[in-house]
Amino acid sequence: MQPIVSAEGLTKCYDGQTVVDGITLQVQPGECFGLLGPNGAGKTTTLRMLLGMTPPDEGRLEVLGYTIPDEGPVMRKLMGVVAQQDNLDPDFTVVENLRTYASYFGITLGERNPRIQTLLAFASLEHKARARIDELSGGMKRRLAIARALVNDPQLVILDEPTTGLDPQARQLIWQRLRALLNEGRTLILTTHYMDEAQRLCDRLAIMDHGTILDVGSPTELIERHIESHVVEVHGPGLERWLAEGDMRRVLRSERVGETLFCYTDHERELVDALCEHEGLHYLSRAADLEDVFLKLTGRELRE
Amino acid sequence: MKELMRALLALRWFAVWRRNARVWRRLAGPALLGNIGEPLLYLVALGYGLGTFVGKVEGMDYITFLASGFVCASVMNTASFEGIYSAYTRMAVQETWTAMLYTPLDVRDILLGEAFWAASKSLLSAVFILVVAAFLGAVHDWQVIWVLPVALLTGIAFAGMALVVTAVSRSYDFFLYYFTLLLTPILLFSGVFFPLDGMPVLVQQAAGLLPLTHAIELVRPLMTGQPVTDVALHLGVILLYCIVALTLAGHLIQRRLFR
Repeated sequence: MQPIVSAEGLTKCYDGQTVVDGITLQVQPGECFGLLGPNGAGKTTTLRMLLGMTPPDEGRLEVLGYTIPDEGPVMRKLMGVVAQQDNLDPDFTVVENLRTYASYFGITLGERNPRIQTLLAFASLEHKARARIDELSGGMKRRLAIARALVNDPQLVILDEPTTGLDPQARQLIWQRLRALLNEGRTLILTTHYMDEAQRLCDRLAIMDHGTILDVGSPTELIERHIESHVVEVHGPGLERWLAEGDMRRVLRSERVGETLFCYTDHERELVDALCEHEGLHYLSRAADLEDVFLKLTGRELRE
Repeated sequence: MKELMRALLALRWFAVWRRNARVWRRLAGPALLGNIGEPLLYLVALGYGLGTFVGKVEGMDYITFLASGFVCASVMNTASFEGIYSAYTRMAVQETWTAMLYTPLDVRDILLGEAFWAASKSLLSAVFILVVAAFLGAVHDWQVIWVLPVALLTGIAFAGMALVVTAVSRSYDFFLYYFTLLLTPILLFSGVFFPLDGMPVLVQQAAGLLPLTHAIELVRPLMTGQPVTDVALHLGVILLYCIVALTLAGHLIQRRLFR
């Protein structure tokens, strides 16, 4: 099957600074593909290039079979976008927002109204159809932005940080809706810096930093490739003594971050038993997750 | 310019025009009052107040002279405000344009939609002033109907210029330069308030370069029933402003939003 996105060697520089540095990636039909990275990793610029809003300085890019950015306007007929800022129209009600957006696609009146009813139901906003935008909560606005991105029944939906700034309930609802889109056979590309979101939604993801892709794979693949199966986080007043005297054979790899020791192991039970024999230790034993991979690949320093 | 022509004929810009029209419909009351009420007050006050001292100007009552100037000045102001404050808000604050660009609309569609919308508001204000002018006895002939296309074209020219300024602005403060350094001189030296004949030759020649001068040269005889001369020249200059401004604005906005 032809890939939905096929990018080769995409590069973008602003004022001599390379923001995206020769990335190559493919997105397959029907998958949810995530771009994961710290602030300034080049996620948004990559996304903008896919939309045709940022012409790459170098590289070759095809989205939905169209050459981007040259065929951008034609490609955008088949694509939906949910921006990071919900740039909804504040002068309109919920329904008017959908109606007006449909008119930009040249969707006729006959097609428009049934479609808008479906979208209102999809976004659970039927009861807010006549509400103004400033009367909506953050979660409602985001759902409306997603509904708006679907007015043209797109094959591909691109979402920039779809749940940033939302409370847990609102995030759950967004995730359900995005899964529904995947079940309908649509392709999703999203950026996020929430590991739980990436792990839950994405079939495959690319971890980005400093404008390059560090690794691509499914969440499980990435964890297996980079991290031992378990992590035991140890802290407490007894840590120094344990480090000096304790039995470290079960620890395959460890990392000291401030007051905490991250122990990576495939034998967590034995390690925990060993820890119990020492006083003044607190520990948390858990399965390795995407966050461990992310921090290993991109480092622990703050990005500000 | 080729892109502009293609976008003009594709008519996708109409969706942008209609979006703005829908928003305007809700706020029409105050908007109309601002755009039309103020010029009307000036027209009546200056026309009668100054008119008694001035007497006849170019063979007509001062209020008749002034009314034709005011039609054009109102066209200029309405299009400029819309193309600057409103368009800038939609571009930089509300990101309405960005949302539009996620659809098959491109920069030229948005630009034309905005320009035609601003010009439509100009046309509306021209109509209102013409109606009042007719009541005041300042409209003398049915050929006044030709003022409408002139007002629309002039509106597009000023909207285009305003959109160039919008494209390069970083904040609302910047607009004062445009209003003070460009629009105010245009208002004062295009023959709105007084004939240019009394001005130094150099000023007269400079006035010949301004689009408003040419709009007034067309509108004044059309309203008073006099023969209109040099139609092609006047329309040509205004059209040239439209084309140059819109082409330039297209490039600048493309560069600003697609980076």
